Amino acid sequence: MPALACALILLAALGAGIGPVLALGMGSERGVGASLSALWGDAYLRQVILFTLGQAALSTLLAVVGAVPVARALARRQAFLGRGLLLHLLAVPLLLPALVGVLALVTLYGQKGWIAGIVRALGGEMPPLYGLGGILLAHTFFNLPLAARLLLRALETVPGESWRLSAQLGFSPGHVWRFIDRPVILRALPAIAALVFLLCAGSFTIVLALGGGPGATTLEVALYEALRLDFDPTRAALLALLQTGLCLTIGALVLRFTPPTVPLSLGPGRWATRPDVALLRTRLTDGATILLAALFVGLPIVGIIVAGLRGPMARVLLDPDLWVALANSLKLIGFTTPLTLLLAGGLLLGARRLPERARQRLAGLGILPLALPPIVIGTGWFILFRPLVLAPWVAIALTAALTALMALPYALRALAPAVIEAAARHDRLCRALGVTGWQRFRLIDFPSLRRPLATATALTAALSLGDLGAVALFGATETAALPALLFSRMGSYRFDEAAVIALFFLLVGLGLFWGIEKGFGYDRRA
Amino acid sequence: MTKSNLSFRLFPVLLGLALIGTALPAVAQKPELTVYTYSGFAAKWGPGPALKAGFEETCGCTLSYVAVDDGVALLTRVRLEGASTKADVVVGLDQNLTVEAAATGLFAPHGVETKSLALPVAWSDATFLPFDHGAFAVIYDTKALPQPPKSLKELVEGDPKQKIILQDPRTSTPGLGMLLWVKAVYGDQAPAAWAKLRGRILTTTKSWGDAYSLFTKGEAPMVLSYTTSPAYHLIEEKSDRYAAALFSEGHYPQIEVAAAVNGSKQAELAQRFLAFLITDKAQSIIPTTNWMFPVTATAMQPEEFKTLPKPSKMLLLPGDQVAQNRKAWTDEWLKALAQ
Repeated sequence: MPALACALILLAALGAGIGPVLALGMGSERGVGASLSALWGDAYLRQVILFTLGQAALSTLLAVVGAVPVARALARRQAFLGRGLLLHLLAVPLLLPALVGVLALVTLYGQKGWIAGIVRALGGEMPPLYGLGGILLAHTFFNLPLAARLLLRALETVPGESWRLSAQLGFSPGHVWRFIDRPVILRALPAIAALVFLLCAGSFTIVLALGGGPGATTLEVALYEALRLDFDPTRAALLALLQTGLCLTIGALVLRFTPPTVPLSLGPGRWATRPDVALLRTRLTDGATILLAALFVGLPIVGIIVAGLRGPMARVLLDPDLWVALANSLKLIGFTTPLTLLLAGGLLLGARRLPERARQRLAGLGILPLALPPIVIGTGWFILFRPLVLAPWVAIALTAALTALMALPYALRALAPAVIEAAARHDRLCRALGVTGWQRFRLIDFPSLRRPLATATALTAALSLGDLGAVALFGATETAALPALLFSRMGSYRFDEAAVIALFFLLVGLGLFWGIEKGFGYDRRA
Repeated sequence: MTKSNLSFRLFPVLLGLALIGTALPAVAQKPELTVYTYSGFAAKWGPGPALKAGFEETCGCTLSYVAVDDGVALLTRVRLEGASTKADVVVGLDQNLTVEAAATGLFAPHGVETKSLALPVAWSDATFLPFDHGAFAVIYDTKALPQPPKSLKELVEGDPKQKIILQDPRTSTPGLGMLLWVKAVYGDQAPAAWAKLRGRILTTTKSWGDAYSLFTKGEAPMVLSYTTSPAYHLIEEKSDRYAAALFSEGHYPQIEVAAAVNGSKQAELAQRFLAFLITDKAQSIIPTTNWMFPVTATAMQPEEFKTLPKPSKMLLLPGDQVAQNRKAWTDEWLKALAQ
């Protein structure tokens, strides 16, 4: 069964990450017991755990609560000028290296930022960006767009028949919310919230840069310290397991709170207009919501563009290093995307004969890579592949595999609602007709999964383009991708060049999203 | 004799031929010296390329770099690889890492004549050879802060509205430098000093680049960096806006070192490379590529470097003391700041 195979591959890959780190620690003089009791008695660590979970919970709340109206407004407004661009912009924060995002936010909200300028002109004083507020702002900037995009995909699974029926029944916007949007959102939200929560819990650069001091640190920092500075693999592995345990507990809670799937309709999924589109009230609120979202995500991005345009454009663009790094990044995306889609598709589509609960559990496994810190997985793989690791192809293969693993939760979130909906709609028919395997995927599943697949591909590509701190250990200079190029500039005073590279990043990302959309073609049902 | 039998017998012969085939070009090729370093060193504008070209002129070999994040990552990588490491030479550890690096037993005595070394602190280490040095300093924006602090004490006790951006000692070398600087000046009173300084700290970032980019964006008038930082702005940007504040208590140095790897197949080349590293030719490359001071007095330095303020005193805590207490001092720092 493909789903079980995928699950096994996933578990083996993660086990190969943490296993060698633990084993390395076993060999050292300090035993597991001593490390465990040291962790147990560490008051600072308790504070770190509390802060990690607390800020992640708050960030998730903000991102998810903010994403609901944005996704609904975008679902209602299927055609307005710039909708496509806005959807692409919503995926941009995902591809930005964390510090580029932080600097973009500083351009807007910092002491010398645009908003500070306005506030000062009005005679006020800009509240400082640093502290919990700054962390929450940055996490919302990075995750609200992601949550909105994923929710939108869930809302789009509502079949046209439901809309026609609701129009015949004369549904008010309140009815639409109660009977259609809310159930769909409630079903999709827990898993999206879990994804955002894990992202924020594992956040590192943002928390340190905007946190204002070591009072604001996450478990990742403690882990980094244990693995890199103290070279205490036992402690690092235990911290990683602790983080995974906490995340799994939260994941299990989320699964409990996910309402069971109810097929919304058994009819053909044709598009139809929502009955709440034409009202003046929804027009106004939708317009305002979309404008606010566009400003919230767009203005920092404008900041990146402005900073990039001011930089030494020609020097950066004429540098062959940039193009080598771009080629490496594209190569990585080329390896990663099929791998991630295969894994995600296998986990979701490959278990049709299992009962629903078991299927959900299998798909739930897909979120594991986010619960385990990539720096630990990377180190484990490095230990395992040590004899091979200097060869450039090994570095590429490991990087691609690690990235594919990290992208899996995103791809799953983008695909899952549509797959569940399609299963509910077509399973019985396919069984009756005896359509199975590849034929079923080609004829039945692919047409209804086209859009979510495009989203999953775009998210995976964005993530592969972005930064994965863990791969630095594999350290093959000739395979360095765009993020490495950017960081090397930032590590040696060349912030103006880094700004140009960030802009380049942005354009490459937008180009990719556009290409992916074209590649998957438009939905023929539209 | 059947056909399959023949191929079975021929197999070792074929394998042997294949092995010779792959080995031959290696024999014809020049020997290769693998140098592990940090990415800023191997970068195009770093000292790496010029040093490689200079060394290859005379060594009859090929030098290749393997670059990782930073000095700490360098040690981690070599530790993980252990005796099977491909590295012949490691370039870019600093004095705070040498005790732990020596304890791994992976490094061999350098055997290089060090009489020409002119460091601001005494240095005698048979394994780790210094190749550049600098001193941590508070860099300030002269436009935003006309009156910089003149001592660490003034920094600690100064106006909390004038902020400074620091780095986290757990993730960054300058961050650790600041921790040791405060320790060297304040001793047992360090926690109290940190508690007082706390109000002036805008934030503690993960890396030097994070902090310095926030600083150049104007988020704070001060940042922790090196006394050599203004030279970058003078030479590359023709700007004298940023200056180093000289502290009366003295400054904390950073000494970057290189070492040969034990059991390297290129031990002789490795030693020649280390010796080359402290020649005037190599040392003259360092200032404008790594933005640090050369370790020999006779190496060429650009004019701008000569204008940099020289700390009156260097405060260097002994390496073994640092190695023993780093964890405890970091915890102390955490306690003072994280309450």
